[in-house]
Amino acid sequence: MSIEHRDDTGARFGMWLFLYTEVILFSGLFVLYAMALAKNPQQFGEASHELKIYAGTVNTLILLTSSLTISLAMSALQADRAKQSITFCLTTIGLAMTFLIIKYFEWSAEIGHGIYPGSKHLAEVESGFAAFFNLYFFTTGLHGLHILIGIVLISVVAGLIAKGRITPERPTILVNSALYWHLVDLVWIFVFPLYYLIP
Amino acid sequence: MMEHQQTPTQNKTYFSIWAVLVVLTLVNVAVSQISLDTLKVWTILAIASIQAGLVLTILMHLKHEARMFRIGIFTLFLIVAIFIGLTFTDVLYR
Repeated sequence: MSIEHRDDTGARFGMWLFLYTEVILFSGLFVLYAMALAKNPQQFGEASHELKIYAGTVNTLILLTSSLTISLAMSALQADRAKQSITFCLTTIGLAMTFLIIKYFEWSAEIGHGIYPGSKHLAEVESGFAAFFNLYFFTTGLHGLHILIGIVLISVVAGLIAKGRITPERPTILVNSALYWHLVDLVWIFVFPLYYLIP
Repeated sequence: MMEHQQTPTQNKTYFSIWAVLVVLTLVNVAVSQISLDTLKVWTILAIASIQAGLVLTILMHLKHEARMFRIGIFTLFLIVAIFIGLTFTDVLYR
């Protein structure tokens, strides 16, 4: 029989340390955005009008709701209702996929208008307009990648709950995945106003 | 590391935070539709920051974590502020 060493607080703090680096990563993009906006406010305004505010709003509401469902998954686990917890995990995954599908249609519409990094159209328009869309595609792309990773992560978590590897006594993997998911939501809380609302 | 048991957050709290976040998002969209110039930018950013604060303290349980977690996040904000501040002074006074 082996003695189990566990430090749940340490495990959570480790997750937080990783999340700090994620914030630094996205702040770099936000700083770039702020500089480009300060330089070309007019062109950023024109470029931002190409985005559909309703799509961004719906996606924001979807992500906020998915943050709720992953929190409810934690509550359900704490109350020893594993099945309910799995259901909430799957709901979160469903919402995340809906987010990506809406994002896919948004990107398709923009690409259909000849707007994508390196496109002929962006090479011909003013530099501020192109800067907006280069940053937009990079930031939402990186954020979308995080959503994709979150979907995989939460699927694994749901599987581990089903197998009895995540229990009310040892919930750390679910807790840390939920922390990650909230961070993805947190980043979007800033991406949405920066690109859709402010310019 | 000191073992710090997390206080379970009530579902009721999660639902009310969700409702507040949704309302604030809609307020932000509404604010963006009226022209207020510079004030608009700061209002929108302020509302987004309130939302971020709610996510960090309640949903991510910072409120119930050990002090070290708060020191960590404070240090992070300090680093980001220096990062943004120094970049801006460089760009504006070049």
